[in-house]
Amino acid sequence: MSAVSKDNKIVNEKIVENATCTFCGCCCDDITLTVDMDKKVVTKAKDACVLGKSWFLNHVIEDKPIARIAGKEVPLDDAIDEAAKILIEAKFPILYGMSDTICEAQRQCVPIMDDCLGTIDTTTSVCHGPSGMAFQGVGEPSMTLGEVKNRADFVMYWGGNPAEAHPRHFARYAVTPEGMFTPNGKDDRTVVICDVRHTKTAGVADIFLQVKPGKDFELLWMLRAACKGVEIPENSKEICGVDKETLEDLFEKMKNCNYGVIFFGMGLTMSRGRHFNSGALMALATDLNEFTHFVAKPARGHGNVTGADNVVSWQTGYPFGVNFSRGHPRFNPGEFTTVDTLTRGEADAALIIASDPVANFPKPAIDHITSDKCKLISIDTKNTPTSEAAHVSIQTSTYGINTGGTVYRMDDVPISLRPAFDSPFPSDLEVLTKLREKVNKLAKKLNRPYATKKYI
Amino acid sequence: MSNEIRIINGIVFDPTNNIEGKVGDICMKDGKIVAKVSKSAKVIDAKGMAVMPGGVDIHCHITGPKVNLARKLMPEDHRLDPHFKTPNTQSGSGGIVPSTFATGYRYATLGYTTAMEAAVPPLTARHALEEMYDTPIIDNGFYVLLGNNLFLQSLIAEGRYAEFKEAVAWWLNATKAYTVKLVNPGGDEPWKGHKNLNVKDIDEDSKATDIAPRKVIEAFIDAVHELGLPHPPHIHCNNLGHSGNFDTTIESMKTAGDRRLHVAHIQFNSYAGELGKPPKSASREITDYVNSHENITCDVGQVMFGKAMFMTADAPLTYLLRGYKKEKWVNADTECESGCGILPFDYQGMIYTHALQWAIGLEIFLLSKDPWRIVLSTDHPNGGSFANYPLVIKLLMDYEFRKQAMKSVNQKAMNSTILGELKREYTLNEICIVTRAGPAKCLGLKNKGHLGIGADADVTIYDMLDDKEEMFNAPRYVIKAGMLLIENHEFVSDYTDKKVLRVAPDFDESIEDVIKPFFDDFYSISFRNYKIDDDYLHGQGLVIDTHKKNSIYEN
Repeated sequence: MSAVSKDNKIVNEKIVENATCTFCGCCCDDITLTVDMDKKVVTKAKDACVLGKSWFLNHVIEDKPIARIAGKEVPLDDAIDEAAKILIEAKFPILYGMSDTICEAQRQCVPIMDDCLGTIDTTTSVCHGPSGMAFQGVGEPSMTLGEVKNRADFVMYWGGNPAEAHPRHFARYAVTPEGMFTPNGKDDRTVVICDVRHTKTAGVADIFLQVKPGKDFELLWMLRAACKGVEIPENSKEICGVDKETLEDLFEKMKNCNYGVIFFGMGLTMSRGRHFNSGALMALATDLNEFTHFVAKPARGHGNVTGADNVVSWQTGYPFGVNFSRGHPRFNPGEFTTVDTLTRGEADAALIIASDPVANFPKPAIDHITSDKCKLISIDTKNTPTSEAAHVSIQTSTYGINTGGTVYRMDDVPISLRPAFDSPFPSDLEVLTKLREKVNKLAKKLNRPYATKKYI
Repeated sequence: MSNEIRIINGIVFDPTNNIEGKVGDICMKDGKIVAKVSKSAKVIDAKGMAVMPGGVDIHCHITGPKVNLARKLMPEDHRLDPHFKTPNTQSGSGGIVPSTFATGYRYATLGYTTAMEAAVPPLTARHALEEMYDTPIIDNGFYVLLGNNLFLQSLIAEGRYAEFKEAVAWWLNATKAYTVKLVNPGGDEPWKGHKNLNVKDIDEDSKATDIAPRKVIEAFIDAVHELGLPHPPHIHCNNLGHSGNFDTTIESMKTAGDRRLHVAHIQFNSYAGELGKPPKSASREITDYVNSHENITCDVGQVMFGKAMFMTADAPLTYLLRGYKKEKWVNADTECESGCGILPFDYQGMIYTHALQWAIGLEIFLLSKDPWRIVLSTDHPNGGSFANYPLVIKLLMDYEFRKQAMKSVNQKAMNSTILGELKREYTLNEICIVTRAGPAKCLGLKNKGHLGIGADADVTIYDMLDDKEEMFNAPRYVIKAGMLLIENHEFVSDYTDKKVLRVAPDFDESIEDVIKPFFDDFYSISFRNYKIDDDYLHGQGLVIDTHKKNSIYEN
């Protein structure tokens, strides 16, 4: 379709309705994109938040080689062959990342590591991994986000800053929307924020709890005890930074709401106590079901990190940190999670997909992954410190803008993407499917003895 | 490689075509059973072996969002039961909720080639289809949860039945489902919206929608009958698991009149006694009704001792059961359409209620007069894993073994049942009916569950052993869609022409104008992004024809 631009030039324009923004875990699927098909850029992203706008509008097709080995441009198939050879010959190959790509591509990853007898791990291990572990221990009462919009009259955020990290979370799902049983939007809800500092998010709060850093667990446990009839201690302010009256009032509000929800972020999962914190929070939500309907949900960050959890779980039984070296999946966070395998200098080959450990990991891990002892392969949509440091580097197209596929919103709801325009770069799915086939062929040729029960 | 196979000298069981243990040949080509094949066909000598159609599981929970939550919940269980990689198969995890690859392989190693996922919320049906694509070998399909759909309930409450029928057809098409599933109809709203309550009486109006469960059940039976779906509504009745619930079950079946209805895991709905007190068996009352009503089909939902996992859209029930041991528990509310509860569980022979549930299931099998309308299931994993099927078969086929088994469980429970008096032993032909021919007929799958010309070439060959558990635990050969997968108990391939079974009833597209405003107001995703594209079938979709009938015996 054509349209006239501001400077009266005819531009070849395309409108994409109901596009999904994959920047964060909100996965808002109501975005209308205007695309300049000649220049291959998104010119407008109606209804997107500030993060979504920067995600769509700043996306350009870069003039870069698709594949490089040791910095030199090579045909894609050569890069895939080299990557397959490295992975299959490695003693301890690892695959990491996957949170910013589609489920269809993630599905190829488990079989690759299954054939290489390697380790697969997602970015979950550095964000909500503790919540995943807590889930295994205590379960979780949860919901889809539409339930929050329709029913929740008590909404709490714990250790997160959605105003800046998930900007539309308030308006689309949790605070202001007018739902079936919450016709007056925010007026029908009590909003509570619990954090160590007064963030932008705290501005919307009816009640703000400034918890002492590292004392989330204590605060959660006081509320759990309250569920069992134990009085909040007089010195609660000394213990966790919130006074007794505030906590008693909060507890009454929790008990007496109709549908309560707590969203929690990395302020809880990555501070002292980790999976004990997440577990305490999920257990508190469970306990509150004795009084009313109560749910909790981690507010996930990346666009499809929830999808990565789901795919790895359905294919292996475990959400992240899975090792195949004995011919079957084994789960052990701390042993098979990427920061740990790299810090200990164990991995001798690393396939990094859609993430950037070289920029974000602790120094010993970076030192190992960029050293001669570890062959680095990167599949990413942009130039990153990881892709620049990689021996084999493959540039792919961007999900949600150039390629379709499935992503899971933070509440496990799967959504299909509607791409805006084509990219000269291959998709993650195409590259990983080829790599999977190649690795499978090499593995069959190796004819390795497969493990049997005696190795358990 | 030749795509023709001839099985010779086998003892053929094909109840649909009235063949009961007759020695004969079965030929197949291009994935179908044919009259003859060329000389180059691969020959399998099945001398002294039982040749049966591939098994059909009419009710299990193996793919979809709730299954995956249960998988994530149980690392301690996977750890004890790894599923090893072989040159022809991928690795996975076993346990009570196996990973997708392991699920496909393990069904195949029991001789099952079709398994239907029994409960998927429409909003997350994409997830179920994606898992099916990763579940090798077996054909799948799923039943879509519509019984607590607020929009559909509002149409019923307002008496807009014509639009209701169109909307049901729209939902079936939009989600690629096989039939409608009703779970504790009317129970979600009190649970989610009224501080964890539940409905108790099918004639009681739910607070939120002013509509009694019976009206919901009736409307769905009508609509599905009118649409002519191959399988009727699949109902998980109200009051499931509660003492004295058999009245509700019979009332639900009566609601169907003379139209078809499938009662899922009926054992869990066959309890006498008083609410809140230990249950008693009502197997007699339930089987009397089922025996005398040709329109009713059911699967048993046999309870087996050992590990289980409650995994159901009946969230209030799961929460109630959590009260006993305060185990880890998952609840998952789906906006406007469903609830879900997940709870690890252990059935123990020494506990009165568990032993009684076990006995009631067996009583229902043994008291039923028409094996075509009663299907073997454990409601996997709710009553126990599907891996228990061979043991269930042994319990049904062997009276002495059953008597022995009764001795090792709670005697108070045994004394309150008539199980010990039931000397009936199932024959191999009857087992073939309750595991294959019957469920295929109940599902309206004309090409499955039998070995007549034109049927799908899904064939299982078992060694004829005295110990029926051993026999059904390890078929010597399994052929799916004409591909030899298991040869001498080993996987030789995992490739098959796998199908996703679904229906596509006609509907008036203008119904979207009626549904969309509700969506825009109350759902959290766009209406346009709710319908599932054909891509999610990965070219494996198979639409089963629709036409009206009142019993499985009508053609």
